[in-house]
Amino acid sequence: MIDKAHVGREFPAHSVAVEAGRLRFFAKATGQTDPVYLDEAVARDAGYRGLPVPPTFLFSLDVEQPDPFAWFNAIGLDLAKVLHGEQLFVYHAPACAGDVLTFSSRISDVYDKKGGALDFVVKETRVTNQDGVHVADLRATIVQRNA
Amino acid sequence: MSAKTPAAGDRLPALALPPVNRTTLALFAGASGDHNPIHIDIDFARKAGMPDVFAHGMLSMAWLARLLTDWQPQSKLRRFNARFLGITHLGNQITCTGEVTEIVEENGERLARVEIRSANQFGETKILGDALVAL
Repeated sequence: MIDKAHVGREFPAHSVAVEAGRLRFFAKATGQTDPVYLDEAVARDAGYRGLPVPPTFLFSLDVEQPDPFAWFNAIGLDLAKVLHGEQLFVYHAPACAGDVLTFSSRISDVYDKKGGALDFVVKETRVTNQDGVHVADLRATIVQRNA
Repeated sequence: MSAKTPAAGDRLPALALPPVNRTTLALFAGASGDHNPIHIDIDFARKAGMPDVFAHGMLSMAWLARLLTDWQPQSKLRRFNARFLGITHLGNQITCTGEVTEIVEENGERLARVEIRSANQFGETKILGDALVAL
């Protein structure tokens, strides 16, 4: 069982520079061929400062840490037993290559179902850019199967 | 990208993906930064009680994002949620679909609520989700 005392726990904020090369690699890995995600000139013509960060890539930038799973260990989640249950993104402002984004996370909920057979941990993350603009909010629900 | 304003009942052009293979997962692990070995190392997956490696949920969510941004520009996307209901296995051939269910107003902005789904070639649902897209 995951200790419900972890609710409200905050993790150290971290900042990531958004690199165009990473965005192009992500486009390749997801089969994205829309030139707005690949060609700087097309992105600028579409009104972006640089290549746009695609909708789910904020999740990838958040795991851009020396040990992205450190928070799992910190609250007792076992990588071999977890599944991603749900993922929410709320967008407030565009993020583009060249930005430096800061991610601040906290545990917002811990609960169990099926008499403790499944643990649920909800982590919320606020994303801001180099100008202090609120870019997005993420909410991840992680499920642990307790055999 | 559709020229006309979205309305309830509109279906998004479906997005059909090639079958998931080990290269798909290796590339996505590197590109997404999610190096959880359960998706790329069969020995780790077996020790965890799984028959083989399986796809990252976030890969299927990235494909659903393509469904949405192929339909409307990303600058109109306000909210995007996915519930991961089933594991996507090697060999699964995913199709992403979506439908506008209603037009709502939030913070003075008119938005299309879109229900989205990803399913494999056997019709098994892998993700159900929804999105809000500005008109």
